[in-house]
Amino acid sequence: MEKQTYSKAETQAIANQIRKQILGIALRSGGCYLAQACSSAEIIATLYTQVLNLGPSVGAWDALPFPGVPGPENMDYQRGSAYHGLPAPDRDRFFVSCCHYASVIYCALAAVGRLSPAALDKFNVDGWNMEMIGAEHSPGFENTAGSLGQTVSIAAGTAHARKRKGDTGRVFCLMGDGELQEGQTWECVQAAGYYKLDNFVMVIDANGQQVEGAIENQMAEEPLTARFRAFGAACVTCDGHDVAAVRRACSTKHPDRPLAVLCRTKGYTGVPPLEKKWPFLHFVRISEAEKPEYQAVYDAM
Amino acid sequence: MKIEVNTHEKNMLRFAAAHPEVVVLSADLGTSCEVKQFRATYPDRYFTLGIAEQNMCSWAAGLAREGYRPFLHTFSVFLYRRILDQLEMSVAYPNLPVVFLGFVPGITTPGGVTHQSINDVGVLRTVPNLAIFDVGDATEIEGVLDLAYDYNGPVFIRMLRKEVPRLFPADAPMQFNRARVLSEGEDVLILSSSICTEEAMRATAVLKARGVSVQHMHVSTLKPFTDPTVVAALEKCRYGAVTIENHYCIGGLGSAVAEVIAEHGIGKRLVKIGVPGYTHGASKMYLMKKYGIDAMHLVAAVESLLGTPLNITEADLAEERFVDFLEV
Repeated sequence: MEKQTYSKAETQAIANQIRKQILGIALRSGGCYLAQACSSAEIIATLYTQVLNLGPSVGAWDALPFPGVPGPENMDYQRGSAYHGLPAPDRDRFFVSCCHYASVIYCALAAVGRLSPAALDKFNVDGWNMEMIGAEHSPGFENTAGSLGQTVSIAAGTAHARKRKGDTGRVFCLMGDGELQEGQTWECVQAAGYYKLDNFVMVIDANGQQVEGAIENQMAEEPLTARFRAFGAACVTCDGHDVAAVRRACSTKHPDRPLAVLCRTKGYTGVPPLEKKWPFLHFVRISEAEKPEYQAVYDAM
Repeated sequence: MKIEVNTHEKNMLRFAAAHPEVVVLSADLGTSCEVKQFRATYPDRYFTLGIAEQNMCSWAAGLAREGYRPFLHTFSVFLYRRILDQLEMSVAYPNLPVVFLGFVPGITTPGGVTHQSINDVGVLRTVPNLAIFDVGDATEIEGVLDLAYDYNGPVFIRMLRKEVPRLFPADAPMQFNRARVLSEGEDVLILSSSICTEEAMRATAVLKARGVSVQHMHVSTLKPFTDPTVVAALEKCRYGAVTIENHYCIGGLGSAVAEVIAEHGIGKRLVKIGVPGYTHGASKMYLMKKYGIDAMHLVAAVESLLGTPLNITEADLAEERFVDFLEV
């Protein structure tokens, strides 16, 4: 069963464990979304252990066979949100837009006692619900997030609905910084500002990288803080690898407007050899020649 | 034939009163989509999302996940061509009960190609979980919201506005996945939808007067398209079938009927009448004639099936009305 309170050291230990598990996946499979784990491990560990007010998991302890796609005849399948507990007016909701981070979410759920550690063996195994990029049946996922820019709007619509109903719980949405290039993201922020969604928090893993390289070499994104504020959100920045800083940033008061938390991170944190590959870290492949170097990092973790 | 005005405006108020979880989302075209009265009556259930349809669609998914029933009001083009990915991934994949009310479908707007949803049915027929309704008169406008509400999943409605004829009895509401029989006959089957049904009724009257035995059925559920009465009518028609629709000639009613003919091994000829490509801005009557989705072209299609000229003229077809929709 999941613990209720975590010390800062315990949260950091969970982040370290997530990083190690995903490096292990990369070593076994030859590659995975490792840099996303390196950049977001503290953010996600902090959200699950220090920030989110979630009910006890009602998800299956073990991985499940893929339950089929939703449809008129299939609406009772287990939702990924089951791992965040039953919805309740005072509970928070957690949307994950950056669904390439699925492995990080699965590892975090296991680390906080919401999913069997053995379930991780089914990660990216054909026919199971633990896909590399999942959908709303995948543990920890409220929705189907693979098309960037949509989840933030779905989460904001959820926050809008909950505000109308008088719920006191908040709605969090974890995003990457690359998807801030999507026009829909800014359509959403302006609407969330217009509707004064003070129950809505966007947490951004600002790792400064996207598929084709460093963000600054692809598209003009900065100044993000000024941009969020101009579109009607409060915005704070923190060191995304500092558990206490992430926690503090997420507790920023933001009356009458949504909050954007820019967590500045690096995709090679905790796995130094990755820095040599920067900024081409979207999908990290580890060649046979590189394996010893990464194995040594793993063994030292 | 009675002309009804702003039927959706009135019906939406009735419907909303019965279902407090129904909310309206607008992308700055609510006043053009007959929800001005709704906004005045239920200001707290009317959400302006600005000229930002992508966000509106995904936002609606969030509302639906929390138990609201969002009804998106804007022009049909902006609800599929512009936001297909949002419609599919935010709404259709999770099978959420979101209703897309697509106004000015096909060539019912003089707004030109950017405003004319000539391939909405064709595109959206390929979207799993989604139902598609295409209303043909005021009675169907009055019934379609209830059908959409009862459907277990997302619904796209090609909605008509302002002056719309009442072609069908007010006490015979639209039925899910069931064509409406307007004439019984054995020689040819005419399947019509949307504004083309009025045209087909005119043509049928004249064809029958010339001794042609016409089965005319109005189709308002375009997806699913599994109506057994349509299959039976296709099997019955001696010379073949004609479809006529306010849509591109590929992908819509005609294509759906062609699939049914092939899948059931019916082996009848089919003439598909629809607009042949992109259209331009002009009045409805002008566009219907220019692009051939009018009674005269329907007569020509029937002549082709029969292999006999019927010598029907425009004058023979002329006594019924046309209303132009001049406002964009």
